[in-house]
Amino acid sequence: MKKETWTELAIGALNLQAGNSVSNLTGTWRSGRKPEFIEDNCIQCFFCWLYCPHFAVRVEEGKVTGFNYDYCTGCGLCAEECPTKEKAIVMVKEETKIIEEGKK
Amino acid sequence: MAKLKDLAQMEDRLVAGHGMCLGCGIPLIFKIILRATEDPLIIANATGCLEVCTTIFPRTAWNVSWIHSAFENAASTIAGVEAMYKALKNKGKIPADKKIKFLGVGGDGGTYDIGLQALSGAVERGHEFVYVCYDNNVYANTGGQRSSATPLGASATTAPSGSKSPGKIQGRKDLAQIMVAHKIPYVAQASPHRWQDLYNKAKKAFEAVGPAFLNVLCLCPTEWKYDESKGIKLAQLAADTCVWPLYEVENGRYKINYKPKQKKPVLEWLESQGRFRHLFKEENAWIIEKIQQDVDRDWEWLTRLAEISSRP
Ligand SMILES: Cc1ncc(C[n+]2csc(CCOP(=O)(O)OP(=O)(O)O)c2C)c(N)n1
Ligand code: SF4
Ligand code: SF4
Ligand code: SF4
Ligand SMILES: [Mg+2]
Repeated sequence: MKKETWTELAIGALNLQAGNSVSNLTGTWRSGRKPEFIEDNCIQCFFCWLYCPHFAVRVEEGKVTGFNYDYCTGCGLCAEECPTKEKAIVMVKEETKIIEEGKK
Repeated sequence: MAKLKDLAQMEDRLVAGHGMCLGCGIPLIFKIILRATEDPLIIANATGCLEVCTTIFPRTAWNVSWIHSAFENAASTIAGVEAMYKALKNKGKIPADKKIKFLGVGGDGGTYDIGLQALSGAVERGHEFVYVCYDNNVYANTGGQRSSATPLGASATTAPSGSKSPGKIQGRKDLAQIMVAHKIPYVAQASPHRWQDLYNKAKKAFEAVGPAFLNVLCLCPTEWKYDESKGIKLAQLAADTCVWPLYEVENGRYKINYKPKQKKPVLEWLESQGRFRHLFKEENAWIIEKIQQDVDRDWEWLTRLAEISSRP
């Protein structure tokens, strides 16, 4: 992300780019585990969406459809709170890789 | 009644890419609160984890008008904005039918401690705004110093447990009661694990005529020291042990919104977090006893207030 210089910045310490944090990919923090979505077991209760601190649960056309791994930090709250008997979210091992991108 | 499915399809006013910790409770709280009004919203945010982690320059995770406030004056800042809005309306520069909502936000350090005077003044003057305190019991952003919301016996960096100290030796200040004493229209305590309750309370707060105050329990795996996937279970436990009662006070009348069928011993709460680990040493047994007594006393008091309030 290009940083503006003092001559380019808006006066009054304004940031006019609402929501531009989306370029900060918190998924790069994930270390060793990630959630996996098992659609067949999902009852669409939206608890995973509710309890995800990093806005990483994908909702498309009114349905939970899985995860956005660009932001998922692997905290496990969604899997812990998924209420189905046969879990619709399981935490799986993930090999940690160093990602050069993300810290742009 | 709101449905999660519908809430999930509303636009996020706080978005991805913020830098709060794994399993942090702050986004869970504001995900709900920010959906409880559809009116345009202006927020003043005291410094603390939420403020710092959402606005690391040159980025912002806010999709609404948002003002960084100093640590001590979020309530004054938002009161000033609200006063200006009224003035502009009077001058006809904002259409008379335009509705804007105002929200002040701070952590427990920024609210119970350093921002208390600003908050007290702003609600006493009757500004129409909502103030939300997210109470994680500690000055989390600067490394876990004790606040007046830190509970008895918890270890904090400025009240550490050790051979000479059992952690914090004072109990918690009861901020919700202080706000009730201001005789404002709406005061409530909520928790993220009961989203419907939190949503209803935020809605009532936004719709109140006059100032409204919400105190919301905020999970903090980093400072409370627990497995970050277990946060919602902890919030439930806080309600079931009556460590964090869920109640509201509408125009002076108390209502308890959650009564555990069987009140659990505080022991279970204390066992669940590393910040209380040292309390299980023999010499600290008196603290656990005292915590239980305090919780019982406060719950009894609250129950009575609710009972009196239910009389015609
Ligand atoms: C006047 C002043 N004193 C100290 C600080 C440093 N400071 C920034 S955030 C913070 C802690 C905030 O604690 P709290 O309000 O509980 O919010 P949390 O970090 O827990 O979210 C402190 C001490 C400051 N910014 N301004
Ligand atoms: S693991 Fe955590 S960050 Fe990832 S989707 Fe689940 S709740 Fe969200
Ligand atoms: S919590 Fe589980 S069951 Fe509920 S919507 Fe998410 S994946 Fe589906
Ligand atoms: S220190 Fe606690 S409150 Fe602050 S961002 Fe981390 S988990 Fe959240
Ligand atoms: Mg705090």
